[in-house]
Amino acid sequence: MDETKLKVFIDGAIKYFVQTTRLNADIGTPYLSETNETLHYDMTGIIGISGGRKGVVYFTAPTNMLRSVLINMGERDVTHDMRLDLVGEIANTIAGNARAEFGSEFMISVPVVIAGALETVRLPKDLRAFVIPITWHSQRAAVIIAIE
Amino acid sequence: MPLKLLVVDDSNVIRNKISRTIHVANVEVVGTAKNGREAVSMFAKFRPDLVTMDITMPEMDGIQCIREVLKLRNDSLVLVISALADKATAIEALKQGAHGFLCKPFSDRELNDSMKELIRGAQEMGLHHG
Repeated sequence: MDETKLKVFIDGAIKYFVQTTRLNADIGTPYLSETNETLHYDMTGIIGISGGRKGVVYFTAPTNMLRSVLINMGERDVTHDMRLDLVGEIANTIAGNARAEFGSEFMISVPVVIAGALETVRLPKDLRAFVIPITWHSQRAAVIIAIE
Repeated sequence: MPLKLLVVDDSNVIRNKISRTIHVANVEVVGTAKNGREAVSMFAKFRPDLVTMDITMPEMDGIQCIREVLKLRNDSLVLVISALADKATAIEALKQGAHGFLCKPFSDRELNDSMKELIRGAQEMGLHHG
């Protein structure tokens, strides 16, 4: 995938935070991961991509940020499980919204959610991984795109 | 009698958000389900007037679930609430019997407006809801 296609993921991330929390997220300059190492914060929601394109889209964030988003949404339950659920839902929403650009052949999986290190996740070596940095409420997160 | 609403989504965050923020006159949330299979079971139990339906879910997806629940009660109104933002998905959901489509992420106002529109549309078509 070339960088011109990143806009749909950036737009998806911006829309998610403003619609859900009524607070804007700042999007940093996207960059190409040089090492294909899996950048991650405390919790990560991973969406497998199949169909016309193959790869992975994931959203990763610190647990305090996820707690803040839940509170901002009016959710009283901010437990570990709810934060994991939220990180998966954010990944699902950003990946699903990308079908506006890629069409229905852009098949997305249900989210896989992980707390802690992404030891079991390996980005495909033949795919370039783009990192989209996000700052919301003074906390940093990222969307990572590695698809054909 | 209030209209009975079943909320179907694999995300607990979204199920809670919909249940918490729906403020439409005469609508009452009677249950929530985390996948299509559970939704069919809950639907058979409550026979709701209204359903909010996610698409991407484990075990049974929302498209198949719409088909299954409308076999049980074909005048229920289904509002699809999904992140899948392509037209083909919305068209397919409508073909299967859904009555409306709301794209995630959504605001509280968009949710309530969509639900009101769904009910108003059914009333104008002479269906019994409300």
